[in-house]
Amino acid sequence: MAIKVETEWCKGCGVCIDCCPVAALVLSKEMNKKGYFPPEMKPNNKCNDCRLCELICPDLAIGVIKEEDQKGKDGAQKAAEISDSGGQCD
Amino acid sequence: MMETKAEVRETKGLDYERMRAKYLRKGMWPTIFCTGCGHGSVLDYTFWALEDLGLNMDKVVFVSGIGCSSRLPGYIEADGLHTTHGRSIAFASGIKTMNPELTVIVFTGDGDCSGIGGNHFLHGVRRNIDITVIAINNFIYGMTGGQLAPTTPRGAITTTTPYGNVENPFNMAEIAMAAGGSYVARWTVSHPYQPIKSIKDGIIKKGFAFIEMLSPCPTAYGRRNKLGEVQQLWNWYDDNTIPKEDYDKIMKFGTPQEQEAVSDKITVGVLQNIEKPEFTTEYKKMLDRVMKAKEK
Amino acid sequence: MEYGRVDLNLVKKVLGPKTQFEIGDMACVYGALLAGCKFFAGYPITPASELAEGAARLLPRVGGTYIQMEDEIASIAAAIGASWTGERAMTGTSGPGFSLMQENIGYAAMTETPVVIIDIQRTGPSTGQPTQGAQGDMMQAKWGSHGDYEIIALAPSSCQECLDMTIMAFNLAEKYRNPVLVMGDGEIGHLRERIVIPDKVDLTFRTLTDLPREQYIPFVPSKVNPGSKVPDFAPFGSGSHSYITGLTHNEKGFPSTDKQPDHDRLVRRIMEKITDDAEKLVKVEEYMMEDADIAVICYGATARPAQTAVEDARRLGIKVGMVRLLIAWPFPYSYFAKLSERVKKVLVPEMNMGQMVHPIREALDSKVKVYPMNKIGGETHLPVDILKGIKEVV
Repeated sequence: MAIKVETEWCKGCGVCIDCCPVAALVLSKEMNKKGYFPPEMKPNNKCNDCRLCELICPDLAIGVIKEEDQKGKDGAQKAAEISDSGGQCD
Repeated sequence: MMETKAEVRETKGLDYERMRAKYLRKGMWPTIFCTGCGHGSVLDYTFWALEDLGLNMDKVVFVSGIGCSSRLPGYIEADGLHTTHGRSIAFASGIKTMNPELTVIVFTGDGDCSGIGGNHFLHGVRRNIDITVIAINNFIYGMTGGQLAPTTPRGAITTTTPYGNVENPFNMAEIAMAAGGSYVARWTVSHPYQPIKSIKDGIIKKGFAFIEMLSPCPTAYGRRNKLGEVQQLWNWYDDNTIPKEDYDKIMKFGTPQEQEAVSDKITVGVLQNIEKPEFTTEYKKMLDRVMKAKEK
Repeated sequence: MEYGRVDLNLVKKVLGPKTQFEIGDMACVYGALLAGCKFFAGYPITPASELAEGAARLLPRVGGTYIQMEDEIASIAAAIGASWTGERAMTGTSGPGFSLMQENIGYAAMTETPVVIIDIQRTGPSTGQPTQGAQGDMMQAKWGSHGDYEIIALAPSSCQECLDMTIMAFNLAEKYRNPVLVMGDGEIGHLRERIVIPDKVDLTFRTLTDLPREQYIPFVPSKVNPGSKVPDFAPFGSGSHSYITGLTHNEKGFPSTDKQPDHDRLVRRIMEKITDDAEKLVKVEEYMMEDADIAVICYGATARPAQTAVEDARRLGIKVGMVRLLIAWPFPYSYFAKLSERVKKVLVPEMNMGQMVHPIREALDSKVKVYPMNKIGGETHLPVDILKGIKEVV
């Protein structure tokens, strides 16, 4: 199993890392445009497709995908279809 | 019937990409919520509940008031009505009574619902109108920067209680129960499966379903009350809540020390689930009776 | 799904005999049913409670919904919500309730929701004289909510007009996708008069979009009626997935509070959709004005004694006539500009301390002498009072 991270949506809260029952996630070293470090899978991880990270992420910025899907349509393009300027604040 | 144990859940439903494509309103993401805010999680749980129910999203309407929690409908690919502060339940009542075939879900906050919206909250529960109200309680008025809310704990520091809150807070779920709520539940955002099930059950329930979601606000609340770290604040919710079943057991059978240890904790679970006549059903019965009597 | 359907035969059957002796409040309810209203959310308040009672009795008999809400704020909120399902909706109240409703009236204007609000005015300020009529909410009608928006307000002078103007109010609300007010008062509301139920009614319903979701943009000027600044409507449940918010929004309905041009475009359009039609919305009635040097300007309840006073004055040889506003807002500035060339003096009897006299003065632009006649305390002007006023200015 692999995970997909919408790096530009991630706000670096770290809840996914905290809640993963097999500690498969770790902070990456690449900052996104907003200055956060999104998560990434550890090299020898024991991800069991529980999708807890996907469920709990407050930004819907992480999800479990099949390995083959990862090589498919560019995720950034899919995200761009949903992203825009984003919501505005009061 | 009280259910507090988490179900071992099959991961059914759609995969990540298809979930997002179906439920997220294009052009509005990413959200405005702060790092570590729990509102987005509530949104995700709602999507999973809807997906499990297999509802036609053309017939689901989201209504909200004003506040961070009230921004949720804007992120959802469905009809949404973002109304005035505290009044979402009243607007929702108009929508539901006029078109009972629509599924009406309200997102509200602790201030929006139990502060300015208190009256509409009480009467929505009393009327038992078939809507699902998800009240996201972060113990503060977050959108406006962190002022005292009706749910803020005693002693807490907020921008309008800079020396500590001297007031007593509301217990929103208990108010709903006292007003006769037909389905009342409370969960934290830190555990997904129970809220997903409650939201599902609330939507299915023919009557006013009130689901209080305890949610962290690191920016407005946490930061001022020594809970500014995201992990620390999310853990606080786990440490300070207790399933109702466990709480009841300890209060009945526990030692004084055990009881003391849980006395300050917030109970979570399905707190009330009763059957009572629902407004749109009763109204329709009355309507049928009146229209038939005319024909005679 | 068919929206805004009206079964006129059923409505007329439910309303009963063609000619009836009814109070103004009930005549409003009759008008609402004839206009196809299917929803009334209300709260008791003197002298408007009969609106709620009449709706509660009659709406179910035509398959409509009456719901009694917990307060006036919830009443207007529920009516707006109901309107978004694609049916005509209304509420009714008096002064104190009208004050409470202002925030949501502004919300209806900002979200372009068709909704009718009936205000059976009573003496204020505050609790005032609950059972006595007044005209103290006329300015609140125009400026009651915060921010910039337009309102349409009608002023019935008889029970028949309560019926006719409620139908007109719905038509205008649907046409312009805006809240529309019927500014009644306790005198007319509780007056019992002969009313005649019309055989035919011409009804307007909001223009629905015919575009699929991918092409529908909620807040652009109409595609179905090119030239109209009123957007095409998509009811909740029709698959449009519209996002309706009171925040400043762009054409897609998305909040855009940090963009000055978006706000400017939005607010100007929601105002211009009405002010562009200012000429069409001039509804003023003249009585004995052909050769008049003096005009008595009135609206609502004051028209009754004013008419008698004008007739009495004419018998004394005074060249006076009556000008009656049927639509008080938008104010008929163009009519008054022309009037300023015809008369030298105007009297403005009002059951308040001077409200409509302000735009009247503004419109007459110092060309005409304006004499307000303010009577407060819950009693209408007597014809002799107005006649005295006319004699004094001659």
